[in-house]
Amino acid sequence: MKARVHIYPKRGVLDPQGKAVQRALGTLGFSGVAEVRQGKLIELELDERDPARARAQVEAMCSKLLANTVIENYAIELDEDSK
Amino acid sequence: MKAAVIVFPGSNCDRDVKVALEAAESRVAMVWHGDAELPGVDLIVLPGGFAHGDYLRCGAMAAHSPVMAEVKAQAQRGVPVLGICNGFQVLCEAGLLPGALLPNAGLKFVCRDVQVAVETSQSVFTNAYEAGQVLRIPVAHHDGQYYADDDDLARLEDLGQIAFRYVDGPAPGAGNPNGSAHDIAGVFNEGKTVLGLMPHPERAADPMHGGSDGCGLFLGLVRALG
Repeated sequence: MKARVHIYPKRGVLDPQGKAVQRALGTLGFSGVAEVRQGKLIELELDERDPARARAQVEAMCSKLLANTVIENYAIELDEDSK
Repeated sequence: MKAAVIVFPGSNCDRDVKVALEAAESRVAMVWHGDAELPGVDLIVLPGGFAHGDYLRCGAMAAHSPVMAEVKAQAQRGVPVLGICNGFQVLCEAGLLPGALLPNAGLKFVCRDVQVAVETSQSVFTNAYEAGQVLRIPVAHHDGQYYADDDDLARLEDLGQIAFRYVDGPAPGAGNPNGSAHDIAGVFNEGKTVLGLMPHPERAADPMHGGSDGCGLFLGLVRALG
C-alpha cells in the first residue's frame, strides 16, 4: 500500500522559503497570493495491506523520525483514501 | 578529565574539538556513532558537521544513531553533554534540549565571526567566563535559527537556560546572524548539564585561529570536571 506524508511548517514558525517563493510570485505578476508555505512530501511503499495498521505504522514513523512536531505539522494520506 | 567525542558519518569538526580539548589537558576518546556502548567519561561532545548529510532535517537521523541511547542515558545521570552546531541540532532532535533549529532567516549559509554574550558563569561550561562577557567566535551554518514556542521561550528566560546570546552593536560581527528567537546562540537544559550552541568555540581556541575566545569553554570544563 502506498502512503504519502505531507509535512508543513507550523503556523507561527517562520518559513523563509515560503516567503521567498511568495515574493518571487509577486515579482512575476501573480498578485493575490496571501501566503505560501513550503513543506515536503514523502512517499512510502508499504508491505502492509490493512489500512488501519498501515496508518498506525506511518503515524509512528512520523512521530519518531519523519516530522519534528516542535516545528512541523503532518498529514497522512493512504492510497486507500482515494478509492 | 576524559571526554568522548561522538563521530557521525558527516561530522567534520570532530578532530578540531579533540585538539581544543587536548589543549585544555583533557583526554579524549573518539566514539563511532554506530557503537552501542560509551566508555566511562566526564563529558560527551557531539561535534559540528553534517551528520547523515543533513538529509530530512539537520540532526534528525543522528538523533537515532545507536550510540544516542547511551548518550541519553548518561545525560539523564547528569554526565555533561556539549553539542556544537550540528551537535546542537542533534541534541534538539533527540529531545535533550528544547526547541529546534530552522533554516537561517536569510536563507543563506552564514560563515563568519559573531559576537556572543555569556549569559551566566554558573555552569560547568561557562565558569571560566564572566556573566556579560562578550566573545568573538565563528559560526558556520545554514540551519541555525533557534525556534521555540512562546511558552518554551518564557520558560528558558525564567529558568536562566539561555547560555549565549548574539550581541547587537557596532562591533565587527555583531548582530543576530540567522534570525534566532531572543537572539539565542546557545541553550542549556534545566539542570545546565547539557549545552547546545551554534558558534564553534573549537575554531577560536588558538591564537593561530585568529582568536582564542573559545578556549574558556574547554578550560572551564576541565576545571569543573577535573
